[in-house]
Amino acid sequence: MDEAEFTKLVREWSPSMLRLARMYVGSQAVAEEVVQEAWLGVLQGIDRFEGRSSLKTWVFRILVNKAMTRGGREARSVPFDPVEDPDRFSAGGAWVDPPARWSDQPVESLLSSETLSVARGAIEELPPMQRLVITMRDLEGFDAEDTRNALEISESNQRVLLHRARAKVRAALEEHLAS
Amino acid sequence: MRLLRPKPIPCIQVVEIVTAYLEGTMPARDRRRFEAHLAACEHCGEYVAQIRATVSVVGALPPDALSDEALAALQDVCAAWFAGD
Repeated sequence: MDEAEFTKLVREWSPSMLRLARMYVGSQAVAEEVVQEAWLGVLQGIDRFEGRSSLKTWVFRILVNKAMTRGGREARSVPFDPVEDPDRFSAGGAWVDPPARWSDQPVESLLSSETLSVARGAIEELPPMQRLVITMRDLEGFDAEDTRNALEISESNQRVLLHRARAKVRAALEEHLAS
Repeated sequence: MRLLRPKPIPCIQVVEIVTAYLEGTMPARDRRRFEAHLAACEHCGEYVAQIRATVSVVGALPPDALSDEALAALQDVCAAWFAGD
C-alpha cells in the first residue's frame, strides 16, 4: 500500500474510529490520541496482516485494543440480570405494564435531535463492552462476526451484550417519549 | 405421533431474546414459538418494533469529527512513516 492509499484510508476511517474510541475513553483529546496510536500500530503491523479478516476489521481491532489499554479492560463476564424490570410482568410472565405504543408518535419525534441526544446519552451510560458492541453494530454497521472478532468475544456474548445495550437505549427512549 | 404444537413462551422471556430473533440465529423451532407469540401478543409486537426503531435511531447518530489539529498530526505521522523516519 502506498502513502496516498494509506492517507485516503486514514481520512475515511478516522471519524468512525474516533467515535468508537470516544465510546470507550470518554474524552475527545484522549480518543484522538488513541486513533493516532492505532494508525501507528497499523503501519507497524501491516506486514503481518494476513488478510484473514478484512483490512477494516483488522484496523478496528487494533483500535479497540489501544482504546482498552487506555480505558482499562473490563471483566468479560456478562451479567444475568433481566433486561426489563420484572415488576412490569405478572407472576406468569405476561406484561402488566406494557410498553406504550410508539407508532402513535410522529416519525419526526423519533428522529428529532432531542431523541438522538437521549440515545447518545443512554449509550454513554452503558458499561464499556456494551457501548463498544452497540457502536460497532448499530452505528458503524459492522456485522456480528467482524464485531466479535474485533472485540475478541464469543458469538453469544456479542449477541447478549448487543441486546442489553439495545434494551437500555430503548428504555431511555421510552422514558423520553412518555414525558 | 406427537403433536408439534410449540410450547408458548411468556412475555418476560420474549424481551430477553429479541436480538437473537433479529440476528436470525435462533433455531427454527424457537423462531416458530417466538413468532407464534408475536402474532398473538400486541405488547411484545410493539416491544420488538421498538427495538427495531431503537436500532434505527442509534444508526442515525451523527459521526464525530476529528479536530483539524488531530487530522494534521495523523497525516504527519503517516508521512514520516512513509518517508522512512
